[in-house]
Amino acid sequence: MDLNIKYFGLLAEVTHCDEEILDFSKLTISELLSELYKKYPNLIDNDFQVAQDQEIVSKDTLVSGKQIALLPPFSGG
Amino acid sequence: MSRYSRHIILSEIGQKGQDQLLRAKVLVVGAGGLGCPVLQYLTAAGIGTIGVIDFDVVEASNLQRQILFGTSSLGKNKALMAKERLEDLNPTIKINAYPEALTKNNALELFEKYDIIVDGSDNFGTRYLINDAAVLTDKPVVYGAIYKFEGQVSVFNYKNGPSYRCLFSNPPKKGAVANCSEVGVLGVLPGIIGVMQANEVIKIVLNFDHVLSGKLLCYNAKTTQITTLKITKTTSEFEKVIDKKLNSTDYGVDTNCASQVPEISTEEAFDNANTLFIDVRELHEQPKLEVSNCIQIPLSQFEHHLDQINTNAELVVFCHSGVRSKSAISILQKHNINNCYNLKGGMIAVSEFLKIKIS
Repeated sequence: MDLNIKYFGLLAEVTHCDEEILDFSKLTISELLSELYKKYPNLIDNDFQVAQDQEIVSKDTLVSGKQIALLPPFSGG
Repeated sequence: MSRYSRHIILSEIGQKGQDQLLRAKVLVVGAGGLGCPVLQYLTAAGIGTIGVIDFDVVEASNLQRQILFGTSSLGKNKALMAKERLEDLNPTIKINAYPEALTKNNALELFEKYDIIVDGSDNFGTRYLINDAAVLTDKPVVYGAIYKFEGQVSVFNYKNGPSYRCLFSNPPKKGAVANCSEVGVLGVLPGIIGVMQANEVIKIVLNFDHVLSGKLLCYNAKTTQITTLKITKTTSEFEKVIDKKLNSTDYGVDTNCASQVPEISTEEAFDNANTLFIDVRELHEQPKLEVSNCIQIPLSQFEHHLDQINTNAELVVFCHSGVRSKSAISILQKHNINNCYNLKGGMIAVSEFLKIKIS
C-alpha cells in the first residue's frame, strides 16, 4: 500500500525530505514508526505527534489512510 | 470618518461589533516576533484593553522581525517599548505593560483580568504555564509557534475544545527543540503567524463561527502550503491540570525566565577580590561604577564583545535595575560561561550601598 508521509519542522531535516511515498503493509502507527526509525535512526530522539489524513491519532491506531504527517512541537515565538 | 469606520461599514461587524472589540480585554504573553504583530493589529482594531507581559529587553537581532521596535529601543524592556509605540498608534485604548516574566506566582491573577490570552512566548516552559493557567482560569488561548520557515496556529480551551496538552501532552526533552535565537527564523514568518493569531482573537470577540478550535493550522512559508490537522479533546489532560494546579508542576525546564539566573548581593560582590563587574547599560547611562575591576559592554553589543571578558574572574553583571543584566547572563550561559552572577538590584542598589559605606 502506497502511503504519503509528510515531515514537519525539524523532522524534515532529520529525514532530508518534506514528504515521501512509502510502500507499507503493517497494521498500526507504532509499527509504521518502527519502520521509519530503522530508515532514519535519529528520528527516535525527537518528540512528535502523528496525524492520519489530517487528524491527530494515537500510536495504536490502524493505518488505513492515504497520508501520515509527523508533527513536532515548535517553541519559537 | 471615525478611526473604526472600515470595520463599522462591514455588515458582519457594524457599530455593535466594534463596541464588542472596545469592551474586550486581551493579554499578550511575549512581545517578540509573534507578540509584535498581534499587538499592532489588536491595537489598531480597537481592542479596548490590551495587556503585554515580557521581561526581556530589545536586542539588535530582534529588529529583523519584531516590528514594534526601532534602534532607539535597544537595551530597553520590550513590554514598556511596545506600550509606547502602541499608545501612539491608538491613544484611545488602554495598554497595560508588565515588564516581568510570566511565572506560577503571577499567572493566575493576571489571567483573571483578561478575556482572552495570546501565546506569543518563545519557550516550552512558558507555553505549558500559559496552557495550565488558562485551563485553571477558564480562558481561551490563541496559540502561535514558529520554527525557521514553519508556523503553527490554533485556539485552545475555547468553548469546551481541546487544550495544548491534548496536542502535546508534555514538554519535549530538554534541548530537543531549539528556539529562534539558536536556529534562525525567516523574519516575515512570525508576522504571518502573529496576524493569523490576531484574526482569531477578533473572531472570538465577535463570536464568529469557524474559530480555529480543535484544529492546528500548519503554515510553510517556503512552499506556501497550509495543512490543517484535527485535534480531539482529551478530558484527562484537563483533569490532570485541575488536579495538580500550578504549584506542583515544574515549568522551569526551558524557560528563559529570571528565576534561573544566579544572583549576588552588592556586599558579596564587593567583598570578593576576584570579582569582575560588567556594566551592560548603554554608554551614556549614569552614574558610572568607578572601580578598576569594572568593564562596560552595552547589552545591545554584548554578544560581539565576549572576548573582552576575563572568564577566570567571578563575573558580576549589572544594569540599572537588574533586568537587562539577566539577558546578558543568558548570553554568557549560552556561550558556556557559567561563573556569572546577576547583581541584585542593579546600579540602584550599588549607589545605595556605596553611600552607606561612605557615611
